Amino acid sequence: MSETEPGHQLPPGEAGEAEEHEYTRVPHRVIGTPPPAEAHTLLPDTQASAEPPAPRELPAGPDNPAKAKTAEKVVAACFVLSMLASIGFIAAYVGLEVHSVDAVLRSNLALGLSMGIAFMAMGVGFTVWVRSIMPDVEQVEERHPLASTPQERAAFSKTFIQGAEASGFIKRPLLRRTLIAASVPLAVAPIVLLRDMGPLPGTSLRNTVWRKGLRMVVYGPNTPLRAADFSTPGQMITMIPEGYAENQNVLAKATVIIIKFAPGELIPGRPGSPGTVMNWTVDNIVAYSKICTHVGCPVALYEQTTHHILCPCHQSTFNAAQGAQVLFGPAPRPLPQLPIGTDAEGFLIATSDFHVPVGPSFWELGASGFRGGNE
Amino acid sequence: MSWITARRRRTAAGYAVVLLGLIAIGAGYAALTGQGSPASAATPGTVSSRTLAEGRELFAVTCASCHGMDAQGTSLAPSLIGVGAAAVDFQVSTGRMPAKDIGPEMPQKPVTFTTQQIHSIAAYIASLGGGPEIPSAAQVSTSGANLALGQSLFITDCAQCHNFDGAGGALTYGKYAPPLTHATNTQIYEAMLTGPEAMPVFSDTTITPAQKRDIIAYITKIRAEPNPGGFSLGRIGPVTEGIVGFLGGIGVLIFFAMWITMKRRGTHDETAES
Repeated sequence: MSETEPGHQLPPGEAGEAEEHEYTRVPHRVIGTPPPAEAHTLLPDTQASAEPPAPRELPAGPDNPAKAKTAEKVVAACFVLSMLASIGFIAAYVGLEVHSVDAVLRSNLALGLSMGIAFMAMGVGFTVWVRSIMPDVEQVEERHPLASTPQERAAFSKTFIQGAEASGFIKRPLLRRTLIAASVPLAVAPIVLLRDMGPLPGTSLRNTVWRKGLRMVVYGPNTPLRAADFSTPGQMITMIPEGYAENQNVLAKATVIIIKFAPGELIPGRPGSPGTVMNWTVDNIVAYSKICTHVGCPVALYEQTTHHILCPCHQSTFNAAQGAQVLFGPAPRPLPQLPIGTDAEGFLIATSDFHVPVGPSFWELGASGFRGGNE
Repeated sequence: MSWITARRRRTAAGYAVVLLGLIAIGAGYAALTGQGSPASAATPGTVSSRTLAEGRELFAVTCASCHGMDAQGTSLAPSLIGVGAAAVDFQVSTGRMPAKDIGPEMPQKPVTFTTQQIHSIAAYIASLGGGPEIPSAAQVSTSGANLALGQSLFITDCAQCHNFDGAGGALTYGKYAPPLTHATNTQIYEAMLTGPEAMPVFSDTTITPAQKRDIIAYITKIRAEPNPGGFSLGRIGPVTEGIVGFLGGIGVLIFFAMWITMKRRGTHDETAES
C-alpha cells in the first residue's frame, strides 16, 4: 500500500488484508484511467486524525431577543409587501391593455415594477431574518481530499476493463473501424460549414453602381436636382443613384453628399498637395462618398462655416473644400470624390464610377489606395 | 483629527467617504464646465413700431456695434446684406442675437425683443438686400404632412448633427448642433432655409416647402412620443442610459451585497471567542 500511495494513508483497521490483495492484482495502466500511483492529495490528511469534530451546539435563541422581535415584524412586513406586489403583477398582466405603444409602455412599467418589488422585498426579508433573528455563530467545515479511495478506483478500472472486453471493441475490428470511419466525417462537417462565410467579395468592394449618365436623386423623395437648384453656397443634401432607392446593398456603397461652395472656396489639387478634382465638379458643386473610410459610418455632419465633414462615430474630420482630405481622426484616406456633370436637361448626373474604392479600407486595397487623392 | 480617528472604523464611515468623494467630483466637474445661469442681457427696446425707420433704429442701437452701421459687416460679425428677414427672425427670436459674446457657437438666451420689434428689424434688413422671407403660418403648418417622408429626410440630412431624436449634438471646436426640443415650426423652417452658423443651407430648391413641412411634422411628432420607463435621460441614447444603468443598477446591487455580507457589530466577537 505505502509504495503506491505515498501521500495517503488509510485509517488503521480499514486497510484489510483481503482488500490490499485484490488491489495489487489490478493492471498498472488502463486506457482512460490515471495510474493509481499518481493519485495523491496535497491537502493535509484529515482522515488520519480520525475523530470527527464534535457537533457544535447552536444557541437556542437569537443573541438579542428584543431586536429579534422587532426584526420579525420587519420580515413579516417585507413578505406581505412581496405578496401584494406579486398579486399586483398578476393583476397588471390581466388588467392592463397592450394594444398600443403607450399602453405597452404602461404595462411594461407596471409588470417590471411589481415583479421587482416582489423579489426585492422577499430578498430583504430573508436578509433581515438571517442577520437579526438567526444566531450568529461561525461554523467551520473541514475540507477533504477530492480523490476517490483506492478501492473505488480499483473497482472502476475493473468494471471498465470488463466492459471493454464485453463490448468486443478490441476483438471485432469491423465494428471498431466502421465506427471510426463514421466519426471522422462528422467531425469534419462543422469545418465545412465555415464556407458560409464566403464567397470572397471579388471586385465588388471596388465598384459601385455609379456610371456615366446615371442621374442623382435626393434620398427620400427620389427627385432629381438641377445644378441650378444649388443657388446658395453652403447647401448640402444627400443623394443616391436613380432607381436604386429600395436597394440597401447598393445604397450602402453609392450614397453621396452634395455640397455647394462659393466660387474660389474649393482648393484644387496640385502636385504634392492633394485637393479637389475640379474636372469632377459642376458649378462649384462637389460630390463625396457618404461612407466613412474608417469603418463605414455615414458622414454628413457638414459645417458650412469651416467646410468640415465630421463622422459621428469616431470624429474623423474631412476638409470638404480640399478633396475631403483627412484633418483629424482615425480615417486613413480621404472620402472618395464622385465625378459629376449635368445632362441635357441640366440635372446632376455621375460621369463615371468612383475612381477609388469607397468605404472602409481593406487588405487587398494595397498601398496605392492610401496615397491620398482621388485619382 | 481625533474626531475622525474615533469614527473612521465605523460601518458608516466607508459609505460617507464614498459619498463625499462623489460629491467632490460632481462639484469639481460643475465648477470646471458649468456656465452658470445665463444673465439676461436685456437691452431695453425703445419703441415698438413696424415701420422701416424704427427697425433701422433698433438695428443701430443693438446690432450695429458688431454688424456695422449699414449692416455691411465688420471684423467681428458678418454682413447682413442679403441674409433676408428669415435669418433675422431666427437669430433674434431664438435669443441668439443680440449676442453677448463672440464664441464658437451663439448660445440661446432669453429673447430680448417683442415679435413686432423683431419683424421690424427683419423688414429693415430685408430692405437692404432681399433674401428669404419669414414663412407664414400656413407655410409651416404640419396638417396633412407626410411623416414617413419627413422621417426619411430627417434621418438622412438632419439626424447626424441634431441626433435621431432632435436632442442635438457636438460638432468640432466647441460648436454644437442645438436640440430641437423647443424650436417653433417657424424657427425650424427658417433654420433650414437660411443655414444659421455652421448648419448647411436647405433651400426651397433642394428641400421643397412641402418636404420642409414633412420634416417639421416629424420633429414635432417625436417630441410627443412617450419615454419608456418614464424618463427621457436627455434622449441621447446609450451614454446616459448606460450611466444610469451602471451607477444606479450596479450600485444598488453592490449596496445589497455589502449589506448581506456585512459583519454584525457587537455579537460576532463574543461568539468567536467562546
